[in-house]
Amino acid sequence: MGILEVKGVNKRFGGLQALGDVNLSVAENTVHAIIGPNGAGKSTLLNCLVGKLIPDTGSVMFDGQSVLGRTPYEINQMGISRVFQTPEIFGDLTVFENMVIPAFAKRDGAFRMHAFESVANEKDICIMAEQMLVDVNMQDKMHMHSASLSRGDKRRLEMAMCLLQEPRLLLLDEPTAGMARADTNNTIDLLKEIKQKRDITIAIIEHDMHVVFSLADRITVLAQGTPLVEDVPENIRGNPKVREAYLGEAA
Amino acid sequence: MLGLSKKDLTFLLIVAVLTLCAPFLLNPFPTDSAMAQFNAGYPDLMQRFVIFGIFAIGFNILFGLTGYLSFGHAAFLGVGSYSAVWMFKLLSMNVLPAILLSMIIAGLFSVLIGFVSLRRSGIYFSILTLAFAQMSFNLAYSVLTPITNGETGLQLTLDDPRVLGQSATPQGGIPVTSLFGIEMRATHELAVGGWTFQFNAGYYLCAIVMILAFYVALRIFRSPFGLMLRAVKSNQNRLNYTGLNPKPYTLAAFVISGVYAGLAGGLLASMDPLAGAERMQWTASGEVVLMTILGGAGTMIGPVLGAGFIKYFENIFSKINDTVLHQWFAFMPDGMEDFFVFLLHPFVGKGWHLTLGILFMLVVTFLPGGLVEGGQRIARLLRRERTDSNDRPDPEHHPRETPHVAE
Repeated sequence: MGILEVKGVNKRFGGLQALGDVNLSVAENTVHAIIGPNGAGKSTLLNCLVGKLIPDTGSVMFDGQSVLGRTPYEINQMGISRVFQTPEIFGDLTVFENMVIPAFAKRDGAFRMHAFESVANEKDICIMAEQMLVDVNMQDKMHMHSASLSRGDKRRLEMAMCLLQEPRLLLLDEPTAGMARADTNNTIDLLKEIKQKRDITIAIIEHDMHVVFSLADRITVLAQGTPLVEDVPENIRGNPKVREAYLGEAA
Repeated sequence: MLGLSKKDLTFLLIVAVLTLCAPFLLNPFPTDSAMAQFNAGYPDLMQRFVIFGIFAIGFNILFGLTGYLSFGHAAFLGVGSYSAVWMFKLLSMNVLPAILLSMIIAGLFSVLIGFVSLRRSGIYFSILTLAFAQMSFNLAYSVLTPITNGETGLQLTLDDPRVLGQSATPQGGIPVTSLFGIEMRATHELAVGGWTFQFNAGYYLCAIVMILAFYVALRIFRSPFGLMLRAVKSNQNRLNYTGLNPKPYTLAAFVISGVYAGLAGGLLASMDPLAGAERMQWTASGEVVLMTILGGAGTMIGPVLGAGFIKYFENIFSKINDTVLHQWFAFMPDGMEDFFVFLLHPFVGKGWHLTLGILFMLVVTFLPGGLVEGGQRIARLLRRERTDSNDRPDPEHHPRETPHVAE
């Protein structure tokens, strides 16, 4: 029984069957990659996991609890964090303030009326945020406006914000999209390091096969809304069905 | 001290000193000099400065922090005024219960309006608040006449059934508002040389309330709650996926700013115990938006500056009429005098809105951060001149430091 169990999920947008009977099981403490050509339904599947979309049928269980019908912040409080394809950070705030917010969310829950305390006096929160910035090697950019960070740093910051909450499942949506080779390799190293340091399950959607094969323990190939194969990377590489899905029948 | 950092404490002290010394500072010209008409140090106007300062400080908690632009905040001000006048009519002429009730009623009112309006964001939120405010205005103007006294406005009368206190003074007049015996209209005049300074009890009550309101706002700005509100403005999507529910945060901000508006309304009625529906009209709601943007939305002192600025224009520029202009240009030959008066005429007197409009356009175009940004730029220029230009960092390639919210 995996930490994330997706069973029989269907999602239809008008005439388009975006997801057709998707079954997926992500085992705890593994890196599970979901790959597939454009339009395969990867992002739709991800959106069903975090509460942005509600599947027409089927069930999504996280750690034995259903996530269906819950709002994104409730699902996050259950232990699922999501990194977006284009970094979603608080651009108007400093890097440090960006880190403080998830720390409060982790400690105080979805809402707390702490209008009279001072952020500077919340020592444990500040230490937590600073420590995480040191971990991802961004402590020297602490007081910078996060909107003025480079794209790679924004991604790094977003990932750090998610990690600070110590999620049990981290969802990554094309974390290296549009990155230079060097940045991609840095991201791979960062993720490997994260994986080494703590118990965390990672589900990753990715186009870059280099990233997928360097990180994944298991790979699910999605094509036209249905899982084609699920296997270890070595077997995926040579699978004729996968080749067909990616390159078309003529190849 | 007071839960503030050293920098904020100094800031608060400066604001407090300036507010308390306003009767001196706003009266720079001797009473019988030609410039005396630019003096703003008389009780009525000073009260308006601080009361609308409170209104704008509260509005800024919603607009400046969360970015939700409410076009209906005057409704809470009006509700506050009506509540206060009813308290004077029914309970006592003491301003304290009146102000408390106006805050409570405005708070309840804003829970209701906020709950509905905050289901939408952006322009739809603004339109919803505007609709609610216009609805309140029309209700107060006509339908709810038994409560609001319609277009005449709610006033004190000689037969008010005041539970604590008398319906009329022994002299047969309507009693005046007071705070435990200190009459709000009591004014002490101090004549020094050619100057006359007026110290009004009502002004000092408002000033102290404003300093308190400013202090509370400062604490909110520095709190985790304030940080969450800024996060709402910055990226609501990320906030959602960080496990935080934006709805209660925005509603709390809405209600806090509604309570501030109610407080301002209660104070207005305490200084002059009448309440009219025009206080809830959409122009009044627009005015507080102008104040906040003119001064600098999201900054601490900006809204207060903006409120002072607009009220100064409204009361001082509007008094400059053609006769005054002719006096100014009397030293010129006749033709030129008439020409200059003709030139300036549209901008003063009844045309003060034109001057304010032009000013607003200039500020928004060249100083998007409002008057506060103007001040910061001047300060930066002065600092740069002092430190010499030797090792000035390349402004294009230097990471921009975040401006501190309080500046």
